[in-house]
This record gives sequence, C-alpha cells and structure tokens, in this order.
Amino acid sequence: MEKQEIKQLQKLATVIRKHIIEQVFNASSGHPGGSLSCTDILTVLYFREMRVDVKNPQWEDRDRFVLSKGHCAPALYAVLAEKGFFPREELVKFRSADSYLEGHPSMRYVPGVDMSTGSLGQGISTAVGMALAGKIDKKDYRVYSILGDGETQEGQVWEACMAAAHYKLDNLTAFLDHNGLQIDGKITDVMSPEPVEEKFKAFGWNVIKIDGHDYVQIIEAIEKAKATKGAPTMVIAETVKGKGVSFMENQAGWHGTAPNKEQRDQAIAELDAFLQRLEVE
Amino acid sequence: MAQKIATREAYGNALAEFGGNERIVVLDADLSKSTKTDTFKKKYPERFFNIGIAEGNLMAVAAGMATCGKIVFASTFAIFAALRACEQIRNSICYPRLNVKIGATHAGISVGEDGASHQPVEDMAIMRALPNMVVISPADAVETKFAVKAAIEYDGPVYLRLGRLSVPVIFDESTYKFEIGKGVTVSDGSDVTIIATGLMLQYAIKAKELLAEEGISARVINIHTVKPIDKDIIIKAAKETGAIVTAEEHNIIGGLGSAVAEVLVENYPVPMKMVGIEDKYGKSGKPDALLKMYGLTAENIAVKAKEALRMKK
Repeated sequence: MEKQEIKQLQKLATVIRKHIIEQVFNASSGHPGGSLSCTDILTVLYFREMRVDVKNPQWEDRDRFVLSKGHCAPALYAVLAEKGFFPREELVKFRSADSYLEGHPSMRYVPGVDMSTGSLGQGISTAVGMALAGKIDKKDYRVYSILGDGETQEGQVWEACMAAAHYKLDNLTAFLDHNGLQIDGKITDVMSPEPVEEKFKAFGWNVIKIDGHDYVQIIEAIEKAKATKGAPTMVIAETVKGKGVSFMENQAGWHGTAPNKEQRDQAIAELDAFLQRLEVE
Repeated sequence: MAQKIATREAYGNALAEFGGNERIVVLDADLSKSTKTDTFKKKYPERFFNIGIAEGNLMAVAAGMATCGKIVFASTFAIFAALRACEQIRNSICYPRLNVKIGATHAGISVGEDGASHQPVEDMAIMRALPNMVVISPADAVETKFAVKAAIEYDGPVYLRLGRLSVPVIFDESTYKFEIGKGVTVSDGSDVTIIATGLMLQYAIKAKELLAEEGISARVINIHTVKPIDKDIIIKAAKETGAIVTAEEHNIIGGLGSAVAEVLVENYPVPMKMVGIEDKYGKSGKPDALLKMYGLTAENIAVKAKEALRMKK
C-alpha cells in the first residue's frame, strides 16, 4: 500500500471532519462525536473501496452502504459531497427546512444515500435484505454498514445478525464503531453489550478486530472480508468518539451537542493544523 | 350455500398464481403454514425466505430487498405486523416509500380460540395513520386475489388485512373489477347506506334483506381500500340516501367508521352509526360466537341502520 495513498485518505478524512464540525455548528444541533469516530472508515469505503457512480446513484450493480447509526449523517453527507453526489455548498444547510439534508439520512431526498435510517437497529436489517437480494440475483455487488456500539443494545441488531449468518451473506461487511460511549455515558455503564467480539462470533460472523483510525488495518479488514466465503464479516473497529478534535475526544457529552462559535473555531483550527502537518510530512 | 374460503387461503393461492414474476420475493416469520405463504414456497422455494420469529427484522429485511428492485411480500399475523413491527414499517418501509406488501393474516376477533393476544382490533387505525401506506381489507377470496394482483402492480407500501376464518365467496371472478381506492356498490338502495369492509360485507348484505322486510331500502357499499378511501362513493351515498352505517371487524376508533366519518364531516355530514368492536379487546372462543358476542352481526347492522334513519331530519 502506497504511503502517499494513505496520506491522501487522511487528508480527505480531515476535510470531512471539518465539514462535520461546520454542519453541526451551522445547524446548532446534530451528532459530532460519533460522526468523527466513523469518519476514517467511511473515507476508506467511499474513496478506496466502494463501486459507486456519482452520475448514476441508483446504478443497480453498485455497492451499497447503510449507515445503521443514522444520527452520524454529518459524516455520510460530508463524504457524499466530497465524492460529488451533491454540491458541497448544500452542507451548510444541514438540518434546515429548505434543505434535503435531513437530520437523519433519507434515501428519497439525498443523492447517494442507499437507505433511510435513524431508528437504531433497523439499518443493519435492511443491509441484510440488500445482501440477500444480491444473492438471489447472483450479483457481485457488496453491502457495507456501520453500526454504533450502543446500537447493539437494540435486539433487532441480533435478529439481523442471526439472519445474515443463516443465509451465509458473505457479501455483507459491517463495521462496529466501538467508541465505548453513548448518550448517557459509557456503554458498559448504561447497558453493557460486551463482550461484543464473542457475541458476533457466536452469531456466526467472521469477526476482525482493528484500530478504526488505522488506514492499513481498515483496508486489510475489508480485503479479508471480501476473501471470506460463507459468512458475513463484522469488523470491530476500536475508535475514539470525537476523534480529531481534542476537546471532543472520549467525551459522551459531545454525542449530540453542537459546538458554539469559539469551540467551532478551535476545532477547525486543530483540523487545519493537522492538514498542514500532513502537507509538510 | 356459497363456497367458503378464508382470505389468507386466497392470498397464498394468489401469490402462487402470480408468483411467476421473478421480482416477487416472499418472506415469512415462522408462520408460513398459517399465513399460507407456504403455497408460494412450494412453487417457488428459491424466492421464499423464512426470517424466523423476528418481525422487526422481517420488515426491515423486506425494505432492504425492495431497494434492490424486489416486490416483497412480508407475511405474519396482523398483530405482529401492524403492532410489534409498527415502527419498522413506519421508518424503513413507509417513510422511504418502498415496494413492500405486508400480508397480515389473522386480523380481528375471528382469529377465534387463540384469544385477545392474537386478535388485533387496532391494526387498520395504526396502518391508516402512516403516510404513504395503502390499506386494503378484502371481503372474500375473489377480492383478495385481485387485491394481491393490484398490490404487485402498485409501486409502494401496501397493508393487506386478511382473515383466518373461512368466509363466503361474494364476488364473481369473471366479472369482478378491482381498483385500489375505488369502492364497490354491491347493491343499490335509497333510504340508508351500509358501508362495510372485510368479512362484515356478508353481514351487510344480510342486513339489507332484514331491512327490506321492514320496507327500508338499503344501499350496500364495499370498501376494500380503507386508505386511500373512495370519497366520491361515500359522498354520493350520503347525498342520495341521507344516512350511513359502517360495519367493520375492528375497533370503532380509527378504522373504516372513522375513515368514513372523516369524509362525511368535511364534505357532506349526514347521520351516521358505526358497527364495530366497541373499544374492547377480543377473547377466546369460536369465531362465530365471538362475532355475535361483539355485535358484529347482520341484526346489529340493521338496528344501527334504523337508528341512523331516525336521526335523519
């Protein structure tokens, strides 16, 4: 893997993190913490891995993506805008009445969104449906999804996982954004889903554990998932909620809180500084 | 005596009959022998998927398949479809307006012996309140067959309300015309109109005969599509007969009666009475005994029709 390529992805991810901060700041609401924790995974998926066509978002042979943790729409929107599905200028209108950028993604309004999500637990089920449809049609498209770790408290996640293994959906790869925090605090304090690795294994999934901010590990996990036959893959990505913005990192309080002007300025300054470091390295 | 077939039976037969369409996929939640989707499964096993006892997952898997161009029939008992999986239907099917048909069998108290836990009396009210949802409640096997065909041809979410109990075949397959959203005038009349849906249509027809014995001319209208409801046929009936009684195997709150009342109140208010389950849960018993116990009879429709008539100015 080229070092240059990874640096390029890191730069993109930093731009995307800036978009996340700006969207949530402009909307005075939204979910920065979890958006920042899944940014690197999303960046790899859309800019290195997934077969999509921005000119034909509904292309039937495209790879699909379902943001099961739909509240992290700012991350998805930033990625889709950078990819070219819709103008970057639209991002400033996130969550406003004159925009199609709903607080949670809508497949009917937002070009590039494959499934409407927001109600936790349902996205992964719909991804199972897409993967099953692909099997029936003998298509070679792949289906990707990102789940929150708090989301696994929804029983439906396990219904979906049971079904994915039962139907041997090896065309399905899910990422668990394991940042350890949810609205009310640590997931292990609120309602522990641990040990998640053993649980997904017991549900018949191929499980890979990675650092969710390490590009080499993310890319390798995707390759391993593609090589796995007869079972879906769950990539348990150890992540940092609020990743990239010092004062947001590992703080449950930044799950669903918008920064004020001062905080926004500091966040953007930190991300700009990181971009500059990437340039000179 | 007319031939008797349960609408769930007709549903399974219709899925098998029209199942040649390769886009059709049928999902069930461990009830395929009861919902009769096993009739489809026997003919097209490669397009039948059991999702197990997991109705929330059933609906969202169906939604995901629909995004890939499938016409998905997701079946389970109405109580688990409309109530347990309500939010999945709302957020994953109706909000994105996906092409999923919910084959909800065992609706109403005519479920019988299984009792109240398995007898939804509120499913139409809930499904009717969801934007983008079409709600169809067929009266007999012929109507069910045409409803399934129309649902296949219609692009969007449909809730098919089906029954466990065998009911008389009312319509003639060779002449019957079905169109989503269009009510059917079963017989004309001038004094009062009985508007019925589902298995209550047979009792509405009988009630007309009872009223005729007393010199009262009743029109009978069958509303198979509870949403979007046929406003024109209701307003016309109100204008021409001046009194209306509705009949449904459902809570009088939120179902056919409410839908008809909404149309009348905004367009042409006339005296109206509702026959239905009066905001109560069902119970165990033989279906026929329960229908009598809850007042879902021709006699009760006739009584209410006369009450509505007396309210005419």
